[in-house]
Amino acid sequence: MRTRLWLVMALIIGVTVPAFADRRSDAKAQVEFGISVAQKGLWKEATHRWEKAVELDPTYGAAWNNLGIGYEQLGQFAEARKAYDKALELEPNNNFIRNNYDLFREIYDRQNRRRDR
Amino acid sequence: MTARTVAAIASLSVALASAGCLSFYEIAVETPIHAKLDVTPFQRVLVAGFLAGGTKTIDPNTETARLLRSQLRSKSELKVIDADVVSLVEEVDKRRQAAGAPPVPLEPTDEPRIKNEKDLQDYEQIFADVDYWKKIGEEYQSPLIVTGSVLFTELSKSGMVSRLRQFTDQMGRPQYQEVREYSSLRGFALTPKFVFIDGRTGAQLYSESFHEEALYQETQNTPALSSYFELMDKLLPGFLNTLSTQKIKGTRVLLK
Repeated sequence: MRTRLWLVMALIIGVTVPAFADRRSDAKAQVEFGISVAQKGLWKEATHRWEKAVELDPTYGAAWNNLGIGYEQLGQFAEARKAYDKALELEPNNNFIRNNYDLFREIYDRQNRRRDR
Repeated sequence: MTARTVAAIASLSVALASAGCLSFYEIAVETPIHAKLDVTPFQRVLVAGFLAGGTKTIDPNTETARLLRSQLRSKSELKVIDADVVSLVEEVDKRRQAAGAPPVPLEPTDEPRIKNEKDLQDYEQIFADVDYWKKIGEEYQSPLIVTGSVLFTELSKSGMVSRLRQFTDQMGRPQYQEVREYSSLRGFALTPKFVFIDGRTGAQLYSESFHEEALYQETQNTPALSSYFELMDKLLPGFLNTLSTQKIKGTRVLLK
């Protein structure tokens, strides 16, 4: 009975770990491609790549951070905020993400500042 | 495999792992901030004039109209109309007299009639006068009208302030030390409210208020006009952003 249990566990680990590793490595490829096109100023394409990356691996904090920057560049501030929030939720101690978020918030708050009318 | 080799491999692995974790790319960004007002129905803009007051050292009405016109000329697609700057304070006083109010005293002439926000409130009803603005709009072929109020007042504050004191250490290197000292500061506060009016209907489309202060050491004799421009410089992006999309330059860090 115990041997059978071990076998089932080994099977589960054997299937899920490589699958997770594959997803992360696919997501990483999307992130890297996104960075290379963002450096050429192609923010729409970069954002599309980072959207794919978080779809492949929703636990990938760096991808959410980049997606936040991408949305910010496209003027989609509500989406940018959600992406940054997710990145910080996954990596609360990452100073790069925190700094990006703080800079974004300055602009976001200015855009949404109180209007008299 | 010796213990030293194992340690070297281990430290190399740690270094590689850290490098992998720290893959980052600083990138220049230009974040667009969308215009707050849809100005597509207008081809022209008239900076009419402002209810102005506060200090008598400058004329905030003329200075603001002149500055906004020059900014709009270079930073917006609207054609800026050149016209005499309207004195809204005089316009309101004229109406009050016509309505039977006691005439405005002629002396002393150099004292501004609006000295603070309370005085300003008595004049602000002019922004809601649809007929008045519609008439001005008709005169200039229905432009977007920019008006509002500008209060430029003197400030004086005193208390403990921190400053960096430079000194030379034993090695002859310059060093800095934070010192706190009592200081008297003087300066100015600028409180403009920009009102945007549809010249076709005379109706108010949008308005936004700002407030900025600049304080200087009492010994520093900063002219009122240069302080006015310093303060306007800070809030001009906010004003321009009402009419056109602005891009804010900065940097972000992309992560791998």
